[in-house]
Amino acid sequence: MIFVEDKEIVIPGDILSDEEYHSGRGTFKENDKVCSSLVGLVAIRDKKISVIPLQSKYIPKRGDVVIGEVTDIRFSMWNLDINSPYSGFLPASDVFGKEKRELNRTFDVGDVLFLRVVDVDEVKKVKLGLKGRGLGKFRGGILINITPTKVPRLIGKKGSMINMIKDETHCEVIVGQNGVVWVKGEPAMERVAEKVINMIEDQAHTSGLTDRVRDMLAKLLGREPQESEIEPEISDEVEESGELEISDEPDDIEEYDEIEISDESDELEESEEPEEKKESKEDEMD
Amino acid sequence: MIIIITNTNLNTGTETSARADNRAFDELRNLKIEAGILERADGSAYLEIGGNKVLAAVYGPRELFVRRLMQPNRAVLRCKYNMAPFSVDDRKRPGPDRRSVEISKITSDALSPAVFLEKFPRSTIDVYIEVLEAEGGTRCAGITAASVALADAGIPMRDMVVACAAGKSDGNVVLDLSEVEDKEGEADLPIALMPRTGEITLLQMDGHLTEEEFQKALDLAIGGCKKISEEQKKAIKNRYGD
Repeated sequence: MIFVEDKEIVIPGDILSDEEYHSGRGTFKENDKVCSSLVGLVAIRDKKISVIPLQSKYIPKRGDVVIGEVTDIRFSMWNLDINSPYSGFLPASDVFGKEKRELNRTFDVGDVLFLRVVDVDEVKKVKLGLKGRGLGKFRGGILINITPTKVPRLIGKKGSMINMIKDETHCEVIVGQNGVVWVKGEPAMERVAEKVINMIEDQAHTSGLTDRVRDMLAKLLGREPQESEIEPEISDEVEESGELEISDEPDDIEEYDEIEISDESDELEESEEPEEKKESKEDEMD
Repeated sequence: MIIIITNTNLNTGTETSARADNRAFDELRNLKIEAGILERADGSAYLEIGGNKVLAAVYGPRELFVRRLMQPNRAVLRCKYNMAPFSVDDRKRPGPDRRSVEISKITSDALSPAVFLEKFPRSTIDVYIEVLEAEGGTRCAGITAASVALADAGIPMRDMVVACAAGKSDGNVVLDLSEVEDKEGEADLPIALMPRTGEITLLQMDGHLTEEEFQKALDLAIGGCKKISEEQKKAIKNRYGD
């Protein structure tokens, strides 16, 4: 028995189905009933029922790429705000190797970095790293915060949405899994991109979004709405957004990186979670 | 809402259950809930019931800097109930007092069983309840609004929490006491519950009730909670243009 429809908005405590369905993300089981634990949209896949949240906080996961701001410099590490309930740290050894150097000469408080989550231990200590393609410090540009669950929506299938914004505004756009978006381009174009990204966040749960984004871009850029070369087959269903596919043409290293990685981590969620617990805790603290 | 008017005869004295505001014994005051009204909060709600106007804001889960409060296995739910100085007829002295400290605590206790706190170890969820106008039953209004705000913030919960009071006024057991009924009445019984399971997370009482009256008041309050719970659901769904 199922009590809700696909894509219906549910609230915490709503009974979704009885035991014939499996309890997916955003749901829990109680007395043989599957109930929602969030405000979100129902997604039914085979015999698995889950709820896609409309609002959430970023919970760090190993392998994610995030954008963080340096908040503090300690003896041998930087502390970073990664827009999450848990702050991260970047060990100096990761940047300098064995060499000893002054930390504040490299990254100062307020600097914005593009990092990878190297490890999250049991006490939610988030270890960050800078090793990888495209990772490092941002110069200039603006930051936009969106709800982390809407990140896949902003990227779109095969990066269609984000590529459209990049192509139209000629800005560099980098999306962290923690919901922080970095945009750099001409100041006017940055503002256009910001407006569009905020619109996507607001309307992420609605369908037909790609077309509206295209119209909005055309309007903001003062052009007639035109037929875009981007295939409109991009399905505008929120639950699709959970599964991104790898974009296979790397036109720009950084952008390739970001899309590829967001896909990886989506898989991570499914397959690698139990493994994480087995990992021994590293004590990198001084 | 169905309005049941039982005794409209005002002359018979003992028989009458007409209340000061002409409500039936099991009738709620006018209720309005709106979700997601504060820009900077993670979740928020505004609630009006009768003359009460309450604002609830939720921040978090976020990093907890107070080390001694930190729980290694779960989040802490901190509540702060505050009455605006202009919320009552005589200006209220601003700042926490004995009453608001108590209400902050019981709000936290009433909400905690519903929230999956264990999903966010070492963090905090902060709930702020601001009473803009008070007319009896602000603690219930605060809990109801806070629960909507928690849901709006995307915090995982087992169920919503909804609160409502019943009590005894002029010798009658009535639902949703107004300020006058609360002050001059014989008893006040605020409860909070999770509507799906019916689990009660808060039960307070002041004044005197016989066992029968208590049972009757409890049933009334549970009925009131169910009605308010429908409004809560509507408020959240309205936010996303349903």
